[in-house]
Parts: sequence; C-alpha cells; structure tokens
Amino acid sequence: MKFFNYIEGIFTALRSLAGGMIVTWKELFTPKVTMQYPENRKTLTISNRWRSELIMPHDENNEHACTACGICMMNCPNGSIEVLSTTIETEDGKKKKILNKHLWNYGSCTFCNLCVITCPSDAIIFNNEFEGAVFDKSKLLHRLNREDSKLRERKKDTAPATTNTTIKKENKEA
Amino acid sequence: MLIYSQPLELTKFLAAIDNFLHSNFAPGWAIVVEGILVGAMILVMYALIALVMIYIERKIAAFFQARLGPNRVGKYGIFQSLADMIKILIKEVIHIKKADKFLFFVAPFFVIVSSVLAFGELPFGINLHALDFNIGVFYLLSVSSLGIIGILLAGWSSNNKYSMIGAMRSGAQFISYELSAGFALMTIVVLSGSMQFSEIIEGQRYCWNLFNGHLPALIAFIIYLISGHAETNRGPFDLPEAESELTAGYHTEYSGLQFGFFYLSEYLNMFIVAAVAATLFLGGWMPIQIKGWEAFNQVMWYIPSWVWFIGKAGILMFISLWVRWSFPRLRIDLLLNLEWKYLLPINLVNMLVMVMIVLSGFTLTDLFPALFGN
Repeated sequence: MKFFNYIEGIFTALRSLAGGMIVTWKELFTPKVTMQYPENRKTLTISNRWRSELIMPHDENNEHACTACGICMMNCPNGSIEVLSTTIETEDGKKKKILNKHLWNYGSCTFCNLCVITCPSDAIIFNNEFEGAVFDKSKLLHRLNREDSKLRERKKDTAPATTNTTIKKENKEA
Repeated sequence: MLIYSQPLELTKFLAAIDNFLHSNFAPGWAIVVEGILVGAMILVMYALIALVMIYIERKIAAFFQARLGPNRVGKYGIFQSLADMIKILIKEVIHIKKADKFLFFVAPFFVIVSSVLAFGELPFGINLHALDFNIGVFYLLSVSSLGIIGILLAGWSSNNKYSMIGAMRSGAQFISYELSAGFALMTIVVLSGSMQFSEIIEGQRYCWNLFNGHLPALIAFIIYLISGHAETNRGPFDLPEAESELTAGYHTEYSGLQFGFFYLSEYLNMFIVAAVAATLFLGGWMPIQIKGWEAFNQVMWYIPSWVWFIGKAGILMFISLWVRWSFPRLRIDLLLNLEWKYLLPINLVNMLVMVMIVLSGFTLTDLFPALFGN
C-alpha cells in the first residue's frame, strides 16, 4: 500500500507541476502592464481615486463653495491647511465669514483625504495632476482660492439637507 | 550515405586557418598558436554567451511577470547586459578584514575555471569541438563538479554566517544532485554505448536518444533536467543564495569582478547543463534527418550545425527559465527528500530498465532498423 502511495505521489506531483507551468505559460502571453511613463504621457490614465493635488473647484462665475468654516484646517493631522478669513456684517445684521486665502502646503500633506471627507460644503477635492515636482520649496505652498473669487450663493430650490448629503457621499465614492 | 552540401559550416574556414598556420610556422608552433586561438575563442564565447543569456533571461523573466524588462539602454534594451558588465568591471574589489584572504581570493577562480573547462569540451558543431576524447561524458561530469569546491571555499573564507549557511546548503544540494545527474547521463551512455561526444551525436543521426530509448530515456531526460537545474543553484532550487533569508548566500561578501565571476559561471553552468542535455538526448548539433528523405535532409543541412546546437540548447534553457519563474523555492529538507527518496531510486531502477532494453534489443533503432538504423 505504501508503495502505491509513493507511486501515486509522484504522478500527483507531476500533474500539479504541469498545472503550474501551464499557468505561467499563459502568463507569458498576457498583455504587459508596464507603463512607459514619459512616452505615454498623453494616453496615461490615472485612477480617479488617486490623490495628488488639493484644489478648490471654481465655476464660470469665479465662485467657489468654501464658507471658510475652517473644519478642514482643524481636521488636518499635520497642519498643512491654513484658512485665513475675515468676518463681515451683512446688511441684515448677521455676522458672516468671508474666505481670504485658503493655503495648502503640498510639501507636508500626507494625502490622507480627511479635509475632503469632512468638508461640509464639498469645496475642496483632490485631483489627478501627479507631476508636482518643483525645484523651490516655496512653490509647494498653494493658494487654493482664486483672486476675487466669491462664495457661491446657495439656491433656494435645493433638495433637503439630508438627501443632499447622501448624494454628495455617493459622488465622493464614485 | 550521401554527402550533403553545407554552405554555412565553418569547416572550410577553419581548414584555411589551419593551412595558413602550418605553411607559415614550424609544426610545433602552429599547434601552439592554434591552441591559443582556440582558448581565446572559448573565453570570448564564454563571455558573449553569458551576456546574451543574461539579457534574454531578464527579458523572459519580465514577460513571465507581465513586465517589459530592460528597455532603456539601446533599442529594446539590448545593451543592458553590456552596460552591467562595464559597471561590474569598474567596481571596486572590497577586501574583507577578517576573511581568510587567500581562500577568499581563490574561490571565484575555482568556480569559473571548472565551468570554463566544462564549457570548452562541448561539441558546438561540426569540427567546432576543442576536445573530443573517449571519456568525454566522464570528463565533463568530473570537471563540472569541481565548482562546488569554489562555492564551499567562498562560504568558508568570507567569515560570515550567511555565506557559510549558503555554502553548506549548496554543498549538500550539489553532492546529492550530482548523483542523479551522473546516473541519468550514464543511462544514455548505456544506450549509445560510448562516452565520446562525437560518437554519441553520430549515433543519433536518424533517431534522437530521447526517442531511441523511449520510456527510460524520457525518465532520464526529465531527471537530468531537474538535477541539472538543481546543480546550477537556480529556480526553485536556489536556496544557497535565497535572497530573503541569506542576503546572497555564498557570494554575499564578494564585489566587482569576483562577484562577476560567480554571476558569469552561474549563467554558463545553466548553458552547459542545457547543452549537455541537448547533446546526449536531442542529437547535439545533428540536424533533424529522416532516413530516405534526401531532399528534406539537404534542406536541414543548409541550416548550419552550430545553429542547431544553439537552438536545441536554447529551448532547454527556456524550459529552465520557465520552471524558475513557475515554482516557489523548496525547503532544504524537501529538497534532499526529492533527491534521495525519489530521483535516486527511480534513477537506479531506470538504469536497470535501460540496460535490459538495450540488451534485449527493444530500442527503436533495434526494433525498426529500416526507419531509424544508422
């Protein structure tokens, strides 16, 4: 019986080895995944989830969604974000914060995404511009809001806040 | 037997050189010059084959892993291994303070000399055979087993635990698998009735030994490929230099040219194993020929014999790479298990079967002399 086990073991081993070699043989002809970066710059596709540069999207009226609440600054683990704002008084007597400068330090950011997740008005996102190398440290300090940009006025006919947030979350995940 | 036209063969060229030397030198000196020329050619071929093989191996390894491999130095990276060679040549040779200096210096030479000696004996083609004598297979086995001395010396003299463990593993592995390789080759020696390479090749004119000895020859072929692969410390048997556990095994402490020697001889040993397997099992430089089909045979002879040789060896080397990138590394006890509990007993029985087949006339050339007989 032991002898038969021995012989059977040899043939099982040979079969499994052959199976492994068939797998690698197929792998030999699979399309190669190497990206030849500087040459394929035009056709390069980066995953949407890739976080490289923090930006604040502005629409055609040079308006952004940042209310200068400072939650991103508070949530940033290493102080890469600085929100500079001034408080003004509106016509109807309410106090309101106006964004002066949204400063983000590319050099110290760890791309943890906490600022984007916690932003209540979805004012900032990470984009895919990964070629961020510069020769001067001072160029790493980005100002996210443009000159003379304003806070986008919220429209009256928006959906209730609860559904709004769920839609936003789905957008983020996608 | 018809004489075939062989336009691309180097025979005439070599004869012309021989004539030139003999007409311009005294007979003794002509032979000395020829010896030097042949030696230089062997060394140049040794380096060239290693360079080409390193490039091809890196490419094939990359393809197996769905990568592109070296592609920056020259078109498709063909100058990559040349650049690597230049880098290795100009690197500093670092002397280890507490190493055994003499043995440390000598060890790479043992490795490379044994592999050059074995390389010089290979039959590359018609008349491209530096050394052809009646104990060729025996000589090759004995000379190629000298290399292990160099590896053991390298491990010992480095005065380093990684090197020592690597060298001891290599020693155990080499001595074990040398047995199997030797027995597999002896099986073929029994079949072809000679140890001389030229006679073995001539005997495979119409029927390769692999088919001539059918079942036992096939088993011997597989066993030779496995044990030859293990002897070269590559593929799933690379535990003497297992990077993850031993940094680089026995050549951890070596740098520059001395490391280059180890590297070179590793690749050439792979080539030698493939070439010996091609010679003994697949007919060596002999083109594929079918008895009676003279036109076909003539076409086959238009391809020069050294191309046949390189081609057959190349296919076997590709199989070796394929195996290397397919299987995970064996543990040392499993490695020795495979040799002592499986390959060696099978080999012994196999050799006995081969002797019986040859004696009772069950080889293909004996059974069908009209088809395969010389």
